[in-house]
Amino acid sequence: MRAKIKYLYLGAVATFVLLTSYSAGSRTVTTIGESPAAADLRVTRPDSPEGAVLSGIVKVAGPQPAATRIDMAADPACLKMHPAPTMSEDVVVGTNGALKNVIVYISDGFGNRSFDPPTEPIVLEQKGCTYSPRILGMRARQELKVINDDPTTHNIHPVPQNNREWNMSQPPGSSPIDETFAREEIIPVKCNVHPWMKGYIAVFKHPYFAVTGKDGKFVLKGLPAGNYTITAWHERLGTSTQKIAITANETKEVSFVFEAH
Amino acid sequence: MRAHLSEILVLLLAASGQATFAQESHIGGLTGEAMRGKQLYRRYCVGCHGPLGDGRGENAQWIDPKPRNFVTGTFKCRSTPSGALPTDEDLYKSVTRGFVDSNMPSWLPLTAQQRADLIAYVKTFSSRFSEEKAPSPLQVPSESEANQQSIQRGNELFQKMNCWSCHGKEGRGDGPSAQTLVDSRGYAIPPYDFAAGTRFKCGESNQDLYRILMTGLDGTPMPSFANGLTPDQAWDVVHYIRTLQINSKRKWAKKENVQADGSESKRAGEQLGGRAGPL
Repeated sequence: MRAKIKYLYLGAVATFVLLTSYSAGSRTVTTIGESPAAADLRVTRPDSPEGAVLSGIVKVAGPQPAATRIDMAADPACLKMHPAPTMSEDVVVGTNGALKNVIVYISDGFGNRSFDPPTEPIVLEQKGCTYSPRILGMRARQELKVINDDPTTHNIHPVPQNNREWNMSQPPGSSPIDETFAREEIIPVKCNVHPWMKGYIAVFKHPYFAVTGKDGKFVLKGLPAGNYTITAWHERLGTSTQKIAITANETKEVSFVFEAH
Repeated sequence: MRAHLSEILVLLLAASGQATFAQESHIGGLTGEAMRGKQLYRRYCVGCHGPLGDGRGENAQWIDPKPRNFVTGTFKCRSTPSGALPTDEDLYKSVTRGFVDSNMPSWLPLTAQQRADLIAYVKTFSSRFSEEKAPSPLQVPSESEANQQSIQRGNELFQKMNCWSCHGKEGRGDGPSAQTLVDSRGYAIPPYDFAAGTRFKCGESNQDLYRILMTGLDGTPMPSFANGLTPDQAWDVVHYIRTLQINSKRKWAKKENVQADGSESKRAGEQLGGRAGPL
C-alpha cells in the first residue's frame, strides 16, 4: 500500500515535470506589451511639462574614419538625383567631434511599467536612394509608414532578430506600406536593389529615446524619478552605457564619448 | 506492483498527449501530430536542422545553402503575404518538393501522414505558430493570355520594377546588385539565373511563379511585389520571365505538381518551363 502511494506520487511528479518541460520546450518569446496593472503605474509623458530632463552630447574621440564615396551608377535613376558625389553616412561627425545618428535611450529602469503606443504613425522615406531618416526611433506596435519619393523601385527589407521579417517591393508612385513591429530591437533595414542604402529602425516599448543631430545633442524629457541605465548606440561604433539616478523634476546632463576605430 | 507501473505510464502518456494537442498540422484531410513527427524528425531531419530546430545540426557547417532555422518562423515558400507565417500546406509542399540546389531532398518517400506529422513538429520550434495564425492564402486569379503583348508588357515591368538589378538584364542572375546579396542570416545568396534552366525552388507552374512574385521569398532579398503589381501585371511578368528560360527542360515540370494529399497531378498540359505562349 505504501509502495502504491509512493508510485502514484512519483507519477504525479513526473507528469508535472513532463508538462512543464513541454511548455518550456515550445520556447515562448516574451512579447513586450501592456501589463494589466498599467493604470496606476502610468508615468509622466515625454511631452508633458513635468518630470525630469536628461540631456547631453555624444562625441567621438580619435581619428575619424574617412567617409567613402557611394557609387550609384548601378541605377541611373538614383545617380541622376545626385549631381555631386554622394558620401557614406555611417559615421557623421560635426564640430569638436560631435557625433550624429546616435540613438540614446533608457535601456533599463522601467520594470513592468507599460506605455501606450502613440496613435499617429511614424514615417520612413526613401528619398534620393537613401533612407530618411537613416536612424529612425519608433515605438513597439506603432504604425510605420514607408514612403517612396523616388522615381525608381525600391524594396524595403528590415532584417530583425526578434520581429517578423518582411520584404516588400515599392515602385514609384505606389501607396505607402504600413507595418508594425511588436518587440524592442534595433533592426537593420536594407534595399537589396540598391546595396548602398542602409538604415536602422530602433523599436522601443517606452517613449524615452532620441537620435542625435549633427551637434551630437540629445534630450529626453518628462522622465519619472528613478534609477536608469542609459545607452547610446551607434551603427559603427557600438554601444556605451551609463547608470544614472534622477530625482523628480531634476535636470541632468550626461555625455558619451565613443572611441573611433 | 506491475499493474501500478503501467497505470502510471498510461497517466504519463495521456498527460503528454494532451500537452501536444495544440501542436497539429492540417493538410487537406490529414491531421499531423507533433508527437509522432518528433520521432521522424530525430531520424531524418536533426542532422541538418538540429535538435532545437535552429538549423545548427552537426552537418550544417558543411552545407550551403544553410539549413532553415525554424525558430524564427521565416520561410521562403509561402502562399501568405511577406512576413506572415506559411500555411501548413505550404510547409507540406516544401517538404514534399525538397529544395533544388540545396541539401534538402524531396521527402516524397515518406507517407503523406508522416510528412504531415513532421510539419506539426517543425511548427513547435517557433512560438510564432502558437501566437499568430497564418493568414488565408493568396488567391491566384485565372491566368491572362500569354501573347506577345503580355510578354512585352512583362519586359517593361521587369525593367521598371528593378528585377534586373539582381537578376540581370537577360535574367542570367548577373545584375549590378547580384554580388552584394546576402540572406537574413548573412550568407551570400545568388539571384536566380533564369537562363540556367534549373528548377524554381518554390514550384514550377505559372501559378507558382505568380505566387512567388506576389508573396516574395522571406529571408532572402526577393521581395513581395503585391504592393506594386496588379494581378494582370504579375501575369505579364510571369509570361516574360518564361522567355528568359532559354535552357529550361520541360520534363521536370510534370513531376512537380504535388497535391496536398501527396499524389502527383496528372495535369501535364500546363505551361511549365519552356517558352510561354506563341513565340
